[in-house]
Amino acid sequence: MPELVHRKLERTAIGFVLAIIVAASVGGIVEIAPLFTIDETVENVDDMRLYTPLELAGRNIYIREGCYACHSQMIRTLRDDVERYGPFSLAVESKYDHPMLWGSKRTGPDLARVGGKYSDFWHVAHLTNPRDVVPESNMPAYAWLARTPLRLNDLGAHLAALRSVGVPYTDEMIENAARDAFGQAVPDSEQATGVTERYGEETQVSAFDGVTTRVTEMDALVAYLQVLGRMTKAAYQNTAAPEQVPNPND
Amino acid sequence: MGQLTSREREFAAAILVAMAIIGIAMAAAGRSDALGVHGAIVVLCSLGLLFFLISRAFGPEPDTARITRYYDDPIKVGVAFTLFWAIFGMFVGVWAAAQLAWPSLNFDTAWASFGRIRPAHTTGVIFGFGGNALISTSFHVVQRTSRARLADQLSPWFVLFGYNLFCLLAVTGYFMGVTQSKEYAEAEWYADIWLVIVWVTYFLLYIRTLARRREPHIYVANWYYMAFIVVVAILHIVNNLTIPVSLSHAKSYTIWAGVQDSMVQWWYGHNAVAFFLTAGFLAMLYYYLPKRAERPIFSYRLSILSFWGITFFYMWAGSHHLHYTALPHWVQNLGMTFSVMLLVPSWASAGNALLTLNGAWHKVRDDATLRFIMMAAFFYGLSTFEGSFLAVRPVNSLSHYTDWTVGHVHAGALGWVALITYGSLYTLVPAIWKRERMYSAALVEVHFWLAFAGTLIYVFAMWNSGIIQGLMWRTYTDDGTLTFSFVDTLLAMYPYYIARAFGGLLFLMGAVVATFNIWMTVREVPVASGERKDDIPLAEAMPEGVATGAAE
Repeated sequence: MPELVHRKLERTAIGFVLAIIVAASVGGIVEIAPLFTIDETVENVDDMRLYTPLELAGRNIYIREGCYACHSQMIRTLRDDVERYGPFSLAVESKYDHPMLWGSKRTGPDLARVGGKYSDFWHVAHLTNPRDVVPESNMPAYAWLARTPLRLNDLGAHLAALRSVGVPYTDEMIENAARDAFGQAVPDSEQATGVTERYGEETQVSAFDGVTTRVTEMDALVAYLQVLGRMTKAAYQNTAAPEQVPNPND
Repeated sequence: MGQLTSREREFAAAILVAMAIIGIAMAAAGRSDALGVHGAIVVLCSLGLLFFLISRAFGPEPDTARITRYYDDPIKVGVAFTLFWAIFGMFVGVWAAAQLAWPSLNFDTAWASFGRIRPAHTTGVIFGFGGNALISTSFHVVQRTSRARLADQLSPWFVLFGYNLFCLLAVTGYFMGVTQSKEYAEAEWYADIWLVIVWVTYFLLYIRTLARRREPHIYVANWYYMAFIVVVAILHIVNNLTIPVSLSHAKSYTIWAGVQDSMVQWWYGHNAVAFFLTAGFLAMLYYYLPKRAERPIFSYRLSILSFWGITFFYMWAGSHHLHYTALPHWVQNLGMTFSVMLLVPSWASAGNALLTLNGAWHKVRDDATLRFIMMAAFFYGLSTFEGSFLAVRPVNSLSHYTDWTVGHVHAGALGWVALITYGSLYTLVPAIWKRERMYSAALVEVHFWLAFAGTLIYVFAMWNSGIIQGLMWRTYTDDGTLTFSFVDTLLAMYPYYIARAFGGLLFLMGAVVATFNIWMTVREVPVASGERKDDIPLAEAMPEGVATGAAE
């Protein structure tokens, strides 16, 4: 009987295509649609902050250079992950990440909580030639980042595009995007004060690449790396019920 | 070209002029951005094709009898694209593999660093090599199994050249740092929109050709091609919904964020494997295997079971890539459950293929082409078993983020996708160029052993490195502290990275041998005398229901 039904279906191209669409749609709808409505998908926290324009530019450089292919940004609920990298990642920590950069391969270590672990100076040395600080490393050198000026003039458009997909940047932030990016990397400049006003007192204003007069791609990337895992303290406050972590001795 | 009427030539010229204008607009708007370079590439490609068109535009009109023959010219060009992308993609792959062992092989340039050439390898191989092979073979199979000519003269060319323009924009973009960083979907918004246009044309061409069929039933291979075309379109559109920074920027921001984005990404990513790299190539298997073995498919019912099982189950399985992450637990478990169930329809196809060879095993021994296809079916069974196994949470906790996953996808890519493609090409090439045989059977044999050895070395190296690294990460001292630092585990990888590069090099050498052999077949081998059995032109007078071998 089923064979006869199928024999009929095989005789009509349109019917067959519709059947394919129906069969293939169920799984995706069941798994994806609820993620947008179920409250528990993303935790509510008060202290979650936005990327500054400089950090966002750094994030875009991270994407551009394909860093996600070797570095994950997702600490799993496994004992060795947590002990090596810090508290496991919460959904809220990538709430404003368009796209997410959880990754699928660790040729290098996870970077979800690398912010604040090393000095700016260490990051610059490491990016300039990784083998100077980690002799065994097989990471490419990115020395040219420090020689490449950061493109500032269109950062407002980047913030505006992000606002249209749901990141709550204000008009003021969009207007001042280029100034804020400059100010964050040039601490003594008059533009520097606006950054902490708009993005919070804990925003790190620093001469990331060690040069205090100009803004390079190195500034942006280091600023981004330094904020990873520090957008909220939620992960340290145990807001979500932890998953039972398997005991390695079992 | 000789088969296009002057009206069709005019229409083609109009399309190319429109594309050149769009290219100029892109180049002007994006002049301070990578988008401008892509605009220039679009202009150059469309003008180049336009000059070619004009140089031949005033040739004689095609004879009206062309409609009664199969349309094989686009397939021939598609085969050439396939061979080109294979060598390009595999070469970049070997280079990327070598960089992991010797990082200075990027020669201190930005465009050649690992992060930029890695997606060029993935896209070059999956979409360049795999995609062109799928398009070419689908044009071949749909005509033979429907006993109908392609429904249109111009749109096959539009699909072929349009698709390769997409691949070109994607790959050149990565070298410039243009990527949206979604795995298997790294091209940016304008290339994505272009692909949608090309893909809808492909779908319309395919379904119109099926509608012209002279067979009452749609042959199994076409079910798979249909699923491949339709579902890839759905996946591509949902996963690539983005807002560009502006019309003069190559950069865009995806509308999905964080945990939702991760789920959409892996729903897409795993199903790109399902409907591009599995369904599409199963279509090849279901046509070229019975063809080459000269035996009917073992079981029609298994074919039905396998087809609908794969179409339904695969869509659920993507979330197994996100075990132990911030994705809600129930979605992770659902993904694992369906991944395990997926083994049934997968093995139904693998078993169906191997059982088809019952009574034809002596041919597998003598015919390296059939051995390519047989070994592909074997690797398909192996990788789908491994896939279900890796989706189980505790196994995944060990394998994820390590080279085990890389080894797994390459067991699929090299062992299944590439072997079935070459088996199909060795069957297809003599058929459409109407040659008696391939130029050299010995070279097919050489290619087989290079490919087989390369795959084994690659996969075993990655299995070893993945499992070792996964185990080292979770090793504890008696005091309850981690035994190894991350760098310790990286150091242990170097020998395997070198072995992997060597395995990849063998595979690349095989691809070069294949290209040479196919080139010489077209150039040197005499045209077969008389029509081949499977190439009887479509004739109005042909009695209904006469099997042509391929259709049953």
